Amino acid sequence: MQDSIAIKPDPSVQYLLRIADTCLILAQRLCEWCGHAPVLEEDIAMANIALDLLGQARALLAHVGKLEGAGHDEDQLAFLRSEGDYLNVTLVELPNGADGASSGKRDFAFTVLRNVVMATFLQLLWERLAGSSDVEVAAIAGKAVKEARYHQQHAGEWVVRLADGTDESRRRIEAARDRLWIYTAELFEADAIDERAEASGVGPRWSSLREAWVAEMTALFDEAHLEMPKQSAEVSKFRSTGKIGKHSEHMGFILAEMQYLQRAYPGGVW
Amino acid sequence: MMLPIGHSRTSANVEHDVHGGSRCERAWAVLETVLDPEVPALSIVDLGIVREVIENDDGVLELVLTPTYSGCPATEVIEADALAAIDAADLGPARIVLRRAPAWTTEWISDEGKLKLREYGIAPPAHLTAGDARPMRFVPRHAMTSPACPHCGSARTERLSAFGSTACKSLHRCLDCREPFEYFKPI
Repeated sequence: MQDSIAIKPDPSVQYLLRIADTCLILAQRLCEWCGHAPVLEEDIAMANIALDLLGQARALLAHVGKLEGAGHDEDQLAFLRSEGDYLNVTLVELPNGADGASSGKRDFAFTVLRNVVMATFLQLLWERLAGSSDVEVAAIAGKAVKEARYHQQHAGEWVVRLADGTDESRRRIEAARDRLWIYTAELFEADAIDERAEASGVGPRWSSLREAWVAEMTALFDEAHLEMPKQSAEVSKFRSTGKIGKHSEHMGFILAEMQYLQRAYPGGVW
Repeated sequence: MMLPIGHSRTSANVEHDVHGGSRCERAWAVLETVLDPEVPALSIVDLGIVREVIENDDGVLELVLTPTYSGCPATEVIEADALAAIDAADLGPARIVLRRAPAWTTEWISDEGKLKLREYGIAPPAHLTAGDARPMRFVPRHAMTSPACPHCGSARTERLSAFGSTACKSLHRCLDCREPFEYFKPI
């Protein structure tokens, strides 16, 4: 059995790992639709979006490996860390099921709403990262921003369609909103890692993206005739903490599936 | 905002001879025969993936490539195919240099490439417009723009799916000849 690799707690590495892991874990969740989406076209769409996210994660992880200077490549970083060293936001690790259970029935409304929440956020983040003081990060962002844009468009169209569809589709998109909204607060919490990134010019404080994100989400919800929830800070003290390495109960299961092969067959390559 | 359309390619649209010319010119000619594995109607030069070919002081030929999409599964195959073709033409040793910035855009597909796409049954990408960089826009189905049919030329077509067999294409159908076709999305 392959042991875990240890990651040095370096703020510049952690800032980039938050982005890379958020893309990586969302890609893994979207892949679960492969062969199971409601229609063939969406099966293809989810897999294609997952592939873009995986490519973005891979490029960032390869770069993180170089910055870290411990000789880790992108595969080792993707597959051999222990749970607390993954720094994705909690929202992306939640199961696709409407009821929140890993074994639950997959819910397409939850998936497309999460996709538009994340694509809107990532698009705003990549836009800023395209001007990063780290030229490799800027180059990765210059490509990724275009991809996030069409991910956002695709998911946004579905949110409008479901909200404006049947009673059942409306019920589901509202339920998805009510379930995932409290996890969006984590996206805009700034901490010391953000401050360092902003100061060094690597990337923006995530809290600075909130206003633009709220504006785009409000425009979408208006179009869908959905009520925009209150900012979660006003209604709940709950804060998810994935980006500091403290994950939900779902993270261990998704990692077990992702890591099994590399753990069982150390160094295995295609 | 118009996306950057940096053109560092200098010799891609010039006819090259595999046997004559300098080592770099011959390399360009060889690369014009390396087909994209996902869209085999086009060479990697037609697609604008090959940005530069440089002969280094150490005698190694550097093939500067810009990947199309972050997650394009063909990237590694393209690299291997390009190196193999250069080797087979006795122009090696060569190595691949990946250049991410500026990001690849469909504006780099050559006019000849666009012609080949249409002949192959794929509607070529329209030019990028300012609207492509806008935030989400919601257009009723009947008002969505859809490209001309590459089979019969009719403008009466509709989009069936935002994603086709690959991330770079969407799926459409012609309302006149009733044939389905793919569209290379502008990016």
